[in-house]
Amino acid sequence: MQLWLIPLLPLAGFAVNGLFGRRLPKAAINAVAVGSVLLSFLWVLKTLSALGVFGGGNPLEQAYIEHYYTWIQSGTLNIGVDFAIDRLTAVMLMIVTGVGFLIHVYSVGYMAHEGGYYRFFAYLNLFMFFMLVLVLGANYLLLFVGWEGVGLCSYLLVGFYFTEKFATDAGNKAFIVNRIGDFGFSLAVFLIVMHFGSLDFATVFGKIQGMPVESSAGWMTAIALLLFVGATGKSAQIPLYVWLPDAMAGPTPVSALIHAATMVTAGVYMVTRSSAIFLHAHGALEVVAIIGLATAFFSATVGLAQTDIKKVYAYSTVSQLGYMFLGLGTGAFSAGIFHVMTHAFFKALLFLGAGSLIHAMSGEQDLRKMGGLRKYTPITFWTLLCASLAISGFPGLSGYFSKDAILASAYDYAPWMYWVGVFTAGMTAFYVFRAFFLAFFGEPRWKAAEHHADGHSKPDAHGHGADAHGHGAPHESPPSMWIPLAVLAVFSVIGGYINIPRWLEPMFKLPEEAPGIPWTALVSVAAGLIGIALAAWFYLIAPALPEELARSFSTPYRWIYNKYFVDEFYSAMVVEPVVDGSRSLLWRIVDVGSIDGIVNGTGKTARNIGGILKRLQSGSIRSYAAWVVLGSILVIVAITMAGGVR
Amino acid sequence: MPALPPSVPLSWYLTLSLILFVLGIAGFLFRRNIITVFMSIELMLNAVNLSFITFSYKLKQVDGHIFAFFVMVVAAAEAAVGLAIILTVFKNRQTLEIDELSSLKN
Repeated sequence: MQLWLIPLLPLAGFAVNGLFGRRLPKAAINAVAVGSVLLSFLWVLKTLSALGVFGGGNPLEQAYIEHYYTWIQSGTLNIGVDFAIDRLTAVMLMIVTGVGFLIHVYSVGYMAHEGGYYRFFAYLNLFMFFMLVLVLGANYLLLFVGWEGVGLCSYLLVGFYFTEKFATDAGNKAFIVNRIGDFGFSLAVFLIVMHFGSLDFATVFGKIQGMPVESSAGWMTAIALLLFVGATGKSAQIPLYVWLPDAMAGPTPVSALIHAATMVTAGVYMVTRSSAIFLHAHGALEVVAIIGLATAFFSATVGLAQTDIKKVYAYSTVSQLGYMFLGLGTGAFSAGIFHVMTHAFFKALLFLGAGSLIHAMSGEQDLRKMGGLRKYTPITFWTLLCASLAISGFPGLSGYFSKDAILASAYDYAPWMYWVGVFTAGMTAFYVFRAFFLAFFGEPRWKAAEHHADGHSKPDAHGHGADAHGHGAPHESPPSMWIPLAVLAVFSVIGGYINIPRWLEPMFKLPEEAPGIPWTALVSVAAGLIGIALAAWFYLIAPALPEELARSFSTPYRWIYNKYFVDEFYSAMVVEPVVDGSRSLLWRIVDVGSIDGIVNGTGKTARNIGGILKRLQSGSIRSYAAWVVLGSILVIVAITMAGGVR
Repeated sequence: MPALPPSVPLSWYLTLSLILFVLGIAGFLFRRNIITVFMSIELMLNAVNLSFITFSYKLKQVDGHIFAFFVMVVAAAEAAVGLAIILTVFKNRQTLEIDELSSLKN
């Protein structure tokens, strides 16, 4: 079935653009970058249809595995380069290549005026390669390879504007915070090797089937929790979520592809993939649910007060990822994956729409400086409306189905989780529509001349106000940008009818479903509508109200606005002690004192000994001869004393 | 081979060899003319040759003779090379004072 072609096509695109992109014309770079992903997407479609996915019947009951070669053989441990497709992978493949392709197309328009054009697409293709390895890998090690690879690409793309300090800082932050999670993940992998003697999913999960469910903490719980530590890093959960909002320093298509639609859902995928382990460790599963819920709630509150449109969506992403983990933790793995898919549609759309607005405003990201844009960017307006409604859980749109599935599962698990989730859904609707109304309605808060001037100074640096465009007013984006928006809008609307939980049922049992619409869904829809209504009231009808509220609740507002001072807290608790410790202990004492001391001491000792010995090298031949005589006399005496030669 | 007179014991030969060798060492150490030093080396070699021959005779083995021949061959070769070096040194330095030939130092 040639599964290897799926990841290898983007890798080839990366190689071509990375090696020769500097000399290629833009059209060729576009053809290679977008074409390779398109081919990969088509190959996914062909493979899946060959496996009978699009026909009727019951395809892919068993995973389809391709073995290429043995990678590591050590004792009884045998790790191969194997790719596998099962129903879960099929969903992820469609999301990654499908949404990935659309975002590549979008990038052609968005990045048109940027420097480092070929570099951007090379990285993007490399990311696609690693992401596909991640979802296709049939053992934990390959998954880990993809996992680290996407982390690398995330770092490269967050720091894409590497001449700006904040961008490189954000890249470093993303990379370093992820190291913590990856450390947990690698420990989990070691534990799996220790206890199962294999890393193949099939073998490991097969062995687990016969084992008892762990009621108290044991090594199964340890594995599950360590895996989840990895997931909190990659999928931006408490306490490691801090890198994701900063990662918005990257170009907007990157935020859409990597930091909303695909890479950050890798943690969800990994936990779902390891569901057998988690289901045998209920304690760990509960931790997943609580962390997910807490993340969903807290980052939603932070999202309420952000003024940068990308930051709003970033916190929204963290919050939605929290929802996914809530679903996984309460046992609704298929609902989590369902939300991964719908979220990929509407959140990618939100980011791309934000990018389109930023493009229209020539680099302006501050919501306070937008306003009244719906006349200028009608397509962005309508597509963003679809996405905002979808994420708010408007009935019939994609977000409604997946969020409802998660909340229903949360209710079965613990009603209080459901209520927190519903409240969060209300906040989600509020902040998304707050951004929407601030951007598209009200009086324009920009001046045509002004936003040209600071177009280049903004984080995303997507200014082309100074180049040939030269529009006075905001303008709609080119077709290469709005066509992906339109396609994603369609999927945001209808995506919910792709019944992922049903499709995944052979892997994850569905709960008994009561006929009709359950009241839990009605309540969450009501919460969403209330959120939208509040946003409309605050930002359309009574625009002065938010200011007053912020003033009268100044303390909570300040906390939210400053993101609960988590960054400051981490900085004081972790970063500064590490830096101080490195400086005063590791540098001044260990490095200068011990290591340099040893090295310099060795050199000094050698010099001193040499200084003594050099006196023998007098240069006078006769003194050498005297030494020879003396030496031979000594040898003879010694031999004689020892009893002579026998 | 005619027998040695019995009145000449082995130790005499060895003593002679030792005296010659010590003379060679003394010449080597204390003379300053490079040619004299060179001759002292030859003297030492021949002192050793003498003890080789003595022992060879005493032990009725031919090894000592072979060694002596080897030493002579090496000594001849060394003499040729050594004299050539000495000539060159003299050409360059106009001196054969061994203490002045210490340009490797410093």
